Amino acid sequence: MLKIDNLSATVANKPILKGLSLTINAGEIHAIMGPNGAGKSTLGYTLGGRPGYEVTGGSVEFDGQDLLALEPHERAAAGLFLGFQYPVEIPGVSFVQFLREAANAQRKVRGEAPLSGGEFLKLAREQAALLRMDMDMLKRPVNVGFSGGEKKRAEMVQMGILGPKLAILDETDSGLDIDALRVCGEGINTIMRRPDKAVLLITHYQRLLDYVQPDFVHVLAGGRIVKTGGPELAHQLEEHGYEAVAA
Amino acid sequence: MSAEPLPTRREEDFRYADLTALAGVWPVAVEAIVVAAGQSAALSVVNTGDAPVARELSVTLAAGAKFALHVLNAGSAYGRIAVRAELGAGAEFTLGAAQLGGGGQVLELITNVSHAAPDAVSRQVVRSVVGGQATANYLGKVHVAPGANGTDGSQSVRAMLLDRTATANARPELEIHADDVKCAHGCAVGELDRNGLFYLQSRGLTPPEAKRLMLQAFIAEAFTGAADEATLQDAALKALGDLL
Ligand SMILES: Nc1ncnc2c1ncn2[C@@H]1O[C@H](COP(=O)(O)OP(=O)(O)O)[C@@H](O)[C@H]1O
Ligand SMILES: [Mg+2]
Repeated sequence: MLKIDNLSATVANKPILKGLSLTINAGEIHAIMGPNGAGKSTLGYTLGGRPGYEVTGGSVEFDGQDLLALEPHERAAAGLFLGFQYPVEIPGVSFVQFLREAANAQRKVRGEAPLSGGEFLKLAREQAALLRMDMDMLKRPVNVGFSGGEKKRAEMVQMGILGPKLAILDETDSGLDIDALRVCGEGINTIMRRPDKAVLLITHYQRLLDYVQPDFVHVLAGGRIVKTGGPELAHQLEEHGYEAVAA
Repeated sequence: MSAEPLPTRREEDFRYADLTALAGVWPVAVEAIVVAAGQSAALSVVNTGDAPVARELSVTLAAGAKFALHVLNAGSAYGRIAVRAELGAGAEFTLGAAQLGGGGQVLELITNVSHAAPDAVSRQVVRSVVGGQATANYLGKVHVAPGANGTDGSQSVRAMLLDRTATANARPELEIHADDVKCAHGCAVGELDRNGLFYLQSRGLTPPEAKRLMLQAFIAEAFTGAADEATLQDAALKALGDLL
């Protein structure tokens, strides 16, 4: 589904990703772990097409398409979802309005009929319930006044509504208390653990992986993948630290 | 036709005006609006055409009178709305305005609100969005006469520049000659939040759709509470669509 080959990228002219390769097949869940500043968020933003993140080498193929040739909104329509480490507040724009327009913009690109107001609300209600989020919160302006944990939960509700093929979730677990962590973990499993979907979890901690069992765990350091293993690698990292395990 | 000379830039109210365009519609007849004691009135001015427009309103509010003025200044040529308002005791004047332009036009709103007697309230909310070579001006004076105690006046003025080549001039001014007065003004010129735009695009909105959504929210406050709010918002949305 996703084939990253020797990807290099700079942020503000500073090389961050230095020849990163990673292949994710449909039905798989991958976790990327790594020290602060390793380039994990940079990987997510580069795949999402954020302005300022410049690709200087390598290629990325997503579902047979050249991902890097697409605009950010085209990547979304192609089935890519980026869960933000720091979700952005948009004053004055309600989640409901924004997500309905976003869902329908994606459907338009894919040649699907738009969702009616009623159809959209039904879908939103189901996904909010799955993440135990009060539907009233989705009537509020996007992320404004939300706690860190509520923002992360709202990211998962958005993922559920938009129904991507591949979700890249950047530290979805940070800012979550134990209960919210379980709810989000179960949400990820319900929405994304399917034979035709895949997930790339970016995390610092083992704890999210207790709920969302990864098939592969990678260590990102110095802008490339330095080690790959199974779920046991996450335990080793938690126990011994990045330096000892990835050295 | 008339001997009234065209103003020059030396006149404060015309310092950013498009005098060439103004010459074509000069002189401007003053439209008088008088609201009797205790009465309420409202007016919406929608300028979305392609010919130059200059209007001059003179509003007189008797004691306890209320007047709500809403302006959508979004034509593709020069658009100037000048408003003079004189507020009697306890009168209430509300102005909500949006100016939207993306060509080379000058759009401007000139207000002169005079609190002539005690306890009057004036509220001005002005939102401008300009791209291309367009210019949006707001020159707003609030004058509080001696003895006009209990005055409550506010000016909230914000502009959004879509391109570095666009210009916004905002000059809220207060002149206070009374005690016990509550006056607030805020003024900000900014650009669309890039992080917000990327966030919306990452969910599937095209760049124009993402901008329109954020700008729609930005100008919404100008028309909140208007009797014809939905009509104004729709017209503004259409003008925004043309701009992006
Ligand atoms: N906007 C930016 N401008 C300059 N440097 C940046 C910017 N964003 C990230 N960096 C730098 O890129 C490196 C990788 O950051 P990031 O991808 O956020 O790491 P991680 O998510 O693994 O903690 C860090 O050294 C960080 O300081
Ligand atoms: Mg990060």
